[in-house]
Amino acid sequence: MHKFLIHKRGDHVGVATQDISKNETVTGVYMDDNSSVEVTARADIPLGHKIALVDLSPSDDVIEYGQVIGVTTSQWTVGDYVHTHNIKSKRW
Amino acid sequence: MKQQLYGYRRPDGSVGIRNYVAIIPVDDISNAACEAVANKIQGTIALPHPYGRLQYGEDLELHFRTLIGTGRNANVAAVIVIGIEEKWAKRIADGIASTGKPVAMFSIEGQGELETVRQASWKAQEFVQYATEIKREPIELSELKFSIKCGESDTTTGLASCPTLGQLVDRLVDAGSTVFFGETSELTGGEHLIAARCANDQVRDKFMHIYHAYVEQIASQGVDLLGSQPTEGNIAGGLSTIEEKAMGNIEKTGTKPVVDALKPAEAPTEKGLNFMDTSSAAAECITLMCAGGAVLHFFPTGQGNIVGNPIEPVIKITGNPKTAKAMKEHIDVDVSGLLSHEMNLQEATNLLEDVMVRTINGRFTVAETLGHKEFVLTRLYPSA
Repeated sequence: MHKFLIHKRGDHVGVATQDISKNETVTGVYMDDNSSVEVTARADIPLGHKIALVDLSPSDDVIEYGQVIGVTTSQWTVGDYVHTHNIKSKRW
Repeated sequence: MKQQLYGYRRPDGSVGIRNYVAIIPVDDISNAACEAVANKIQGTIALPHPYGRLQYGEDLELHFRTLIGTGRNANVAAVIVIGIEEKWAKRIADGIASTGKPVAMFSIEGQGELETVRQASWKAQEFVQYATEIKREPIELSELKFSIKCGESDTTTGLASCPTLGQLVDRLVDAGSTVFFGETSELTGGEHLIAARCANDQVRDKFMHIYHAYVEQIASQGVDLLGSQPTEGNIAGGLSTIEEKAMGNIEKTGTKPVVDALKPAEAPTEKGLNFMDTSSAAAECITLMCAGGAVLHFFPTGQGNIVGNPIEPVIKITGNPKTAKAMKEHIDVDVSGLLSHEMNLQEATNLLEDVMVRTINGRFTVAETLGHKEFVLTRLYPSA
């Protein structure tokens, strides 16, 4: 059973559809082609919150829905919890 | 087989799904008289609000447009307007009366509130007896105007409730309905996606002009919007940036062309998907869309916004299983099964469409049963 969903192929984040625990290896499903991916969470990630699917450097663009939704404010590693501590808007 | 829809036909040809006798104050100091009439005469509803004095320019025009539009809404059978002064009360009453529905106007200056309440109550009694004899008749989806706006969004909004509504919006537009979307600031990061869907260059220019003006107004305050847009509730629900919130928001607009870009509370001239310039605050936005003529609102929520409107029923949809359980009395349609794949998008859309049909035909939304009547006027700048 999947524990997160990804809007589009190429997205940098998935969204937890159940609470995910640190060190848990969880399956995510891509909503556009139903393919799946496995990631080990590096932190607790509550339902509705995001998990990193790629390593990113500070100031990299972040893609979700196939669109730029912000920019990283620190180094990302696959499995990281993604929220306002490591991503910010490019607009305000 | 499609279920038959039933609604109320008004003299101007518009079609409503509720049948209110509205008592509309022109200004804050006429609220008490309107509420007194509504307390006495059963079957009426007062729409108190805090404004209407010393407004000027475009802000005053919006005040008139909103109150006139609310009275003109097809969910309203008849209207009583009460103001402190005759001139502004008459302007609003005249603006409503061109629909052909019964309208009466009273002003308090020169006779006092008790006499005004006496006169208005006699008229309200007559209007209620008129309205309660109007019967629901068979109607078509193409005769209805709908509005959409989400609130207390989280990431489940973009995964489940907004995509479900987007599918329904496409069905409604295909059926010939009119649908409003708005939330100008909340398109930020996805405004290019809306611009690309505008039906022609003229609509695109109008839309981009409205969008830039709104965002420049926000920027001129020189503050960090994190915590306001996205809200603290959005952030608690996992949304991290305005761009991410916008992507979820835009999912609910479906895929059809944007046929016009309207001013706040402006009545549409084109069927199909219309953008309206509005705040992203729930009650303000719905009040403006209701004044533009929308008779039924669809409201996806993630963390659980509980808004309602006195004239336009609000259907709540959530994709968040925790909200669906913890705030059950505020949710009309639970599509959280989309997250777990217990339900597919077509099934979710069918579920929402079924609740829409039942609501059109008279079933109360949960917000109606809970008495949510948030009537909130938008101000553009301070009064003189």
